[in-house]
Amino acid sequence: MKFSYIAMRLVKTVLITAAVVLLSFFLIRAVPGDAATVMAGQAGYADEAYMKGLRAEYGLDQPLPVQLWRYVEKVAQGDLGTSYVRRQPVTAIILERLPNTLLLDAFALLVAAAGGIWLGSMAARRPGSAGDSAVTVLAMLFYAVPQFWLGMMMVLVFAVWFPLLPPFGIETMGADYTGLARVGDVVQHMILPGMTLALYFLASYARLTRTAMIDVADQDFVKTARAKGLTERQVARRHILRNALIPLVTYAGLQASILVGGSVLVENVFSWPGVGTLAFQAVQGRDNPLLLGIFIVTAVLVSLFNLITDIAYSIVDPRVELG
Amino acid sequence: MPLVSIQNLTVSLPSGADRPLAVENASLEIGRKEIVCIVGESGSGKSITAHAVMGLLPRGVAATGGAILFDGVDLLKQPAEGMRKRRGRDIAMIFQDPMAALNPVVSIGKQVSEQIRAHQPVSEKEGLDRAASLLRDMELKDVALGAYPHQLSGGQRQRVMIAMALSLSPKLLIADEPTTALDVTTQAQILKLIKHLQAERDMSVLLITHDFGIVADMADSVAVMRQGRIVESGATRQVLDRPCDPYTQSLIAAVPKGDSLLPPMPETEPLVRVRGLSKRFQRTRLFSRAPVATALDEVSLTLKRGETLGVVGESGSGKSTLARCMIRLLDPDAGEVLLDGADIAHMRASVLRPLRRRIQMVFQDPFSSLNPRQTIGDILIAGPKAHGEDLGEARKHAAEMLQLVGLTPQCLRRLPHEFSGGQRQRIGVARALMLRPEVLIADEPVSALDVTVQAQVLKLLDDVRRQMNLAMLFITHDMRVAAEICHRVMVMRHGKIVEQGPTRQIFAAPSSDYTKALLAAIPGRQTQ
Amino acid sequence: MGFARRFFARPATVFGSVVFLIIVIIALGSPLMFAHGPLSIVGMPLLPPGSPGFLAGSDVIGRDMAVGLAYGARISLLVGISSTCCAVGIGVLLGAIAGYYGGAVDDLLMRMTEFFQIIPAFVLLMVLVAFMQPSLGSAVIGIALITWPQVARVVRGQFLSLRSREFVEAARVIGMGDARIIFTQILPNALPPIVVISSMMVGNAILTESALSFLGLGDPNLMSWGSMIGSSRVAMWVAWWTTVLPGLCIVITVLALNFIGDGLNDALNPRRRR
Repeated sequence: MKFSYIAMRLVKTVLITAAVVLLSFFLIRAVPGDAATVMAGQAGYADEAYMKGLRAEYGLDQPLPVQLWRYVEKVAQGDLGTSYVRRQPVTAIILERLPNTLLLDAFALLVAAAGGIWLGSMAARRPGSAGDSAVTVLAMLFYAVPQFWLGMMMVLVFAVWFPLLPPFGIETMGADYTGLARVGDVVQHMILPGMTLALYFLASYARLTRTAMIDVADQDFVKTARAKGLTERQVARRHILRNALIPLVTYAGLQASILVGGSVLVENVFSWPGVGTLAFQAVQGRDNPLLLGIFIVTAVLVSLFNLITDIAYSIVDPRVELG
Repeated sequence: MPLVSIQNLTVSLPSGADRPLAVENASLEIGRKEIVCIVGESGSGKSITAHAVMGLLPRGVAATGGAILFDGVDLLKQPAEGMRKRRGRDIAMIFQDPMAALNPVVSIGKQVSEQIRAHQPVSEKEGLDRAASLLRDMELKDVALGAYPHQLSGGQRQRVMIAMALSLSPKLLIADEPTTALDVTTQAQILKLIKHLQAERDMSVLLITHDFGIVADMADSVAVMRQGRIVESGATRQVLDRPCDPYTQSLIAAVPKGDSLLPPMPETEPLVRVRGLSKRFQRTRLFSRAPVATALDEVSLTLKRGETLGVVGESGSGKSTLARCMIRLLDPDAGEVLLDGADIAHMRASVLRPLRRRIQMVFQDPFSSLNPRQTIGDILIAGPKAHGEDLGEARKHAAEMLQLVGLTPQCLRRLPHEFSGGQRQRIGVARALMLRPEVLIADEPVSALDVTVQAQVLKLLDDVRRQMNLAMLFITHDMRVAAEICHRVMVMRHGKIVEQGPTRQIFAAPSSDYTKALLAAIPGRQTQ
Repeated sequence: MGFARRFFARPATVFGSVVFLIIVIIALGSPLMFAHGPLSIVGMPLLPPGSPGFLAGSDVIGRDMAVGLAYGARISLLVGISSTCCAVGIGVLLGAIAGYYGGAVDDLLMRMTEFFQIIPAFVLLMVLVAFMQPSLGSAVIGIALITWPQVARVVRGQFLSLRSREFVEAARVIGMGDARIIFTQILPNALPPIVVISSMMVGNAILTESALSFLGLGDPNLMSWGSMIGSSRVAMWVAWWTTVLPGLCIVITVLALNFIGDGLNDALNPRRRR
């Protein structure tokens, strides 16, 4: 029974990818001016030979459906165009930086989820207490802080005023560490940007966990659990938390798309060599193929992540039916 | 020595509640192997009393006086851990809504075995084995241990709750309105099961209910509660036959007996004729295949002026769908609804609109049938306004209607939340009458009301019908209520009419097995 | 009135309302408060706050920080409020139709909102603004385009649940037309949650706008808090006020808006205890 559910979700992922590709196609053509001009970017369109090549490649003299088909074909093969600015295929540029972003995002996600759930469940256990209010206040604060500014403040405090952690890059330049030392170096560099990214979501998770647990604690089956003679710890773990997980899993899926946006800003502040900095450079250099390519790649990744969280959701909540 | 002795129990409510004490100076005894009922209307404190015995009072509510002796030990003075050990092992409790009372994400087998393993050092496998045998005892042979609560019916879920509660053979079972959320036939089965288990295991039962019929069928002794106080208690037969307290008397008098049966109307041309009405439900979504449910299957009926036709059925019988199709809140798939000869079943909305005046509806839930943000006056004149009547006239008429239903014209300026459930239903009746309809459909209008209020609203509906010579369609799940005010009764099941005829006939000599089962399931009927 | 009493029940809401009012006054009055615009170079660069004539100091090229902060308030409020109005306008319209009529329209809307929830909205915004050429208008349109789906989702949910409430059924039985039902019965009951999230959305829009200007995608001719932070990155290590002050302005404004949102929630949903 579960398999048709997974199949449906896979179909949905494919459809979303298709919609993203379609959106990109029409976005290029929605901009006033020649589509080739858009794809060449600011510097490119001065080069006549290059423009001719682009026009032929995208088939701009052909009717629209043919252009669309050509575009879809290229993307399906993994060809996201070429960046004039860097004189490299876009796909290669992105793939080179992608692992760094994934590393940072995974770290942030784990810290946010673990920390947030722990804080939220602490607050939920004693609603109205000083600890609970503190969690709420901190959450409100983090919602109001721009992530890029938070990153800069972190640099100011932890790298300038109290030099504890390295503020830039992924590794110490020129040090050429290998093996465990290298891992340690990377981790050190990852802490500041990772924490900056994580803090906003930590606040979200804490609030969500707190609300979910308080709502669940009011339900009748929790009363039944106590009536059965279970200890408070057993009630909290097996009944309250287990049911509170359900909205949290849903949130994890939504969080991914916001995380990507946060990545762009945070990576920038810390000069972390990931896809986010790439996006910024693409905007600065009017490198449109690269920018669009990043959009497509990140959208596909996020929708794959949502597929995973949807599957996790169906495991966590047996009430999910097919379709 | 009685098993349980509640002595002068007082339970306080947090500040801001409608009264300071939930329970005041209540004393009650439950003997060994005895079934004791606490009966009362909503807000009487009966449920809180039960929770106090279990030590499960909600946050902010606390026992501030008295004692609850269980086998000689005062439960109120027990430390938390001592109380925990008793729960589930010596005293067990089942609740009103079995869907909400079971953990939705854990299988029922695990939930039952969890109770056993909370008190006995038993392996997981053995716990599940014992759970399986308990479920068999509850006649749940076909239900798998790995099933989830949402996959079972209401009756099955309640049996799982009972299996859980009885797994360690407690001395006392507390049942807080265990059948209120169930169909009447299922209710009868569950009550029979509880009685059977009680006798088999020599258990005491504390049963909380609002239904005197259940008291008559089940209880050895009964206590009547009102506003936190026990106003009368004693052996069941004595309290029911010779009640001393005036509140008890009014409560018993208000219970519909099912025997004030009206004679059928004289033969006249019917005002409403329904022929072959059918309705199927299918969710049309882009990416799913939802199952088709047949809600109505070729239903036909007639309704005369001045007559009340009762439509009786359990949940899923199609009675609500019938009402909504007749009044065009839903569009039927096939069939005719002839109002004075005109078929309104498939009329276009613009043609239908002026005809809507002639057929109006009273709804079930007093708490959601009135727009919370509009004054009573606005709610009442909304109908005339929509049909272009003069607003001054409409306001005068609204004041008259309010007086007709027993309220004052001052109410026009107030908001719904300032009124009680019974008053809101009266306002609902007034609203329905504003357009001077000829047909009134009442969809379970008293199901959500306390029994004393229920009797008043029923009388109001009957008076209104007589005064205005209305043709009334009365939907209910409670046969006793139908008997009170219906001339004819129609029994529905799975979208079809099972039986119909004059009320007296259906009650005295039902022909279908289903009707017989419904009548047999009426609480209190056997012992009258 | 009961509304005012409930709204101002919490001290945080009072604080938020006062702060927000001050910011609005500064934003509206900034042309009158200062002799020169925010882009004029009027002094030595990197003067610390408190230097004569420079209450908040000066930035990397010698512009008056105080003027920049005041004019930045204009941009933030303008973008925040207008993009939210657009998003709410579109969202309420589409959500109401989808929720009330259901069927294929509803399905289509749900797929669209899911799509916008899954794709990285900020990256899409960057693409949109870059393609539309960065300006105040493109920021407002871009932000409105990526936020209307969540409004539509909430409105749709409200309409869906309210449509089957008995008082709406009663209105149909009485013979009220669809339009009248939507406006007099459903909308007044559906709006409270929308009002509450609107204030949160203004705050989010301000954060998003500041992120855009930080990255250089803001209007090049206007000074906003985000662009102040972005242009002062190089000087951050030696002149903390160039980045800290604009950031604090953002935090205080968004916090004030969130407090107002909480107050609105208290006032419009009085039955909620938590």
